[in-house]
Amino acid sequence: MTTTIYVPCDTTALSLGADRVVQKLQQAAAQKNTELHLVRNGSRGLFWLEPLVEVQTPFGRVAYGPVEPEQVDELVAAGLFDGNPEHPLFLGDISQHSYLQQQQRLTFARIGITDPICIEDYIAHGGFAGLKKAAALTTQGIVDEVKASGLRGRGGAAFPAGIKWQTVLDEPQNQQKYVVCNADEGDSGTFADRLVMECDPYMLIEGMTIAGLAVGATLGFIYVRSEYLLSQKMLDEAIRRAEVLGYLGDNVCGNGRSFRLEVRLGAGAYICGEETSLLESLEGKRGLVRSKPPLPAIKGLFGQPTVVNNVLSLAAVPYIMAHGGKAYADYGMGRSLGTLPIQLAGNIKHGGLIELAFGASLRKVLEDFGGGTFTGRPMRAVQVGGPLMAYLPESQWDTPMDYEAFAKLGAGIGHGGVVAFDDTVDMGEQARFAMEFCAVESCGKCTPCRIGSVRGVEVIDRIRAGEHRDDNLVLLQELCETMVDGSLCAMGGMTPFPVQSVMKHFPEDLMASPRPVEA
Amino acid sequence: MHMSETADPKAAVMSMPVAGDWSPEIIRQEIAALQHKPGALLPILHAIQDRVGYVPEDAVPIIAEMLQQTRADIHGVISFYHHFRTHPSGSNLLEVCRAEACQARGGRALERHVQERLSVGYHDTTADNEFTLVPVYCLGNCACGPSIRVNNDIIGRVTPQKFDQLVDALTTSVLQLK
Repeated sequence: MTTTIYVPCDTTALSLGADRVVQKLQQAAAQKNTELHLVRNGSRGLFWLEPLVEVQTPFGRVAYGPVEPEQVDELVAAGLFDGNPEHPLFLGDISQHSYLQQQQRLTFARIGITDPICIEDYIAHGGFAGLKKAAALTTQGIVDEVKASGLRGRGGAAFPAGIKWQTVLDEPQNQQKYVVCNADEGDSGTFADRLVMECDPYMLIEGMTIAGLAVGATLGFIYVRSEYLLSQKMLDEAIRRAEVLGYLGDNVCGNGRSFRLEVRLGAGAYICGEETSLLESLEGKRGLVRSKPPLPAIKGLFGQPTVVNNVLSLAAVPYIMAHGGKAYADYGMGRSLGTLPIQLAGNIKHGGLIELAFGASLRKVLEDFGGGTFTGRPMRAVQVGGPLMAYLPESQWDTPMDYEAFAKLGAGIGHGGVVAFDDTVDMGEQARFAMEFCAVESCGKCTPCRIGSVRGVEVIDRIRAGEHRDDNLVLLQELCETMVDGSLCAMGGMTPFPVQSVMKHFPEDLMASPRPVEA
Repeated sequence: MHMSETADPKAAVMSMPVAGDWSPEIIRQEIAALQHKPGALLPILHAIQDRVGYVPEDAVPIIAEMLQQTRADIHGVISFYHHFRTHPSGSNLLEVCRAEACQARGGRALERHVQERLSVGYHDTTADNEFTLVPVYCLGNCACGPSIRVNNDIIGRVTPQKFDQLVDALTTSVLQLK
């Protein structure tokens, strides 16, 4: 009899020893003369349980986790291959776990269930239904469906995707147009793009192909950051297989139109997540930010009309096409419609991927899902939306996760990353790091960002050293305002947000001398 | 599992580029294979670095000539991106995440420990040429930090003790990662 076992192959599971778990399972199976059918599925995004090993039983899949490689022999002896529940790591049917039951997984419905690279698995779980519908619609019909969904750019800017697509569609048709996927997921605390690419790559391919059909583009590029080598390999293989079955190529789904995809690797530059810098990089240049206008939708890659969307925006499209824009828009609140893939990270007990309709409070995410800090100490600050966004003190945690509600605080949702810190955090160091990071990663084109960030580090150091503290605090405030108002893009324009939030909510840390870091 | 049908994408990730000697002919081969692509320069630089281990400074005039761009253009692109190296790294490339999510889990203490243990700063190579240490700003493993990358393997929840074991394993014999 063959035993089917699932061990995830995503970066997080691998970083915690999933490959060694597989080796141990194979050795144990060989000893017991058990034939193993090993599936390397994606992660379900419950990262504190990785590596999460699942076993197929006559009653469905049952899970054990987190499984350390050293525990495999003991687990096998306790009846792992039969799904024996008599073990402390036994979790039962993981799909019934409250962490998943409380979510609304529309985009991430398949992750962890399927073998990411198996196209038959993708199709069996509803894959390409959206593309098939789109292939039967007019270009305007596809764009109208995306407009009806209310989908806004998930990369952070929250620009309505349908309006962007309309702009590209409205450009004259007798020219080359492009679809570019921004997969330069550089914000600390974010990993949802990575999960799409590693755990459900066909979903991104499907979304981009629909975008291509909608605007009349025949070529797409996925710009993957160079830190994500596994994403690149998964996508390359998925693209090859999709071409073989006619989901990509000269006759997409038999409708006579052409769309091809190519993966391009970045080279370790955070700024290339800014869309115009990304386009420069794709053209083989330094990633210098362009002035806008012209918008990329009108003059984008190689000067041609280009849709530039984040991975998560494009990954939402297959659901929207398959189930209708209205079905997606039924989730969410106000002008923030659909679902937000929240990535819970940092000092948190139960970190992972939480896809929720817009509108849940940050506190619910931190407490109901996160279960408090990993260290068990009180939580003190939370950074939502990446390194260019504000640190929120506890008084702001009841804010609903909604673009407008966060904007009112002078904060933002960005790409949905939530990074928690316990009470040992030195917020003065966090403010300094925001400026330091900008100094390292600035493209250098505009002065407020290039010089302002360097001066920012110096001024914060003087404040912390007690040198003319009051004068330097005024100077820091003015410097922040200059960067916000005078920078060419969000890098320099938003770097002050975390700094200003520390000045406002954690001034005692900024005034204090830096705490020594114990090695 | 259907990956075995063709090349296993994960296995491909694990194969490390081998640093070594280079010749102008090798550089020309890599350029010729890619120069037809639109915006070919980054793919070409990646191909050269993957093959040689770094982008040799003397490759710049060859790239410039074949792409019909100036040497300044090529140099400007290489120097803009943190990923490209113009000198060989040590036997192991060690990247330590400095970003916020790892900071929240003791990343600052870990980077201090790493520098003390190896007696090098960022962008330096140890005296025995075993490790080149570079900072990285996020590896996308943010729920299980602090994270490091050794060559192509990302490792999560790294403690100073776990790091020391890793260094011992890498500097003695067979590589086995926890």
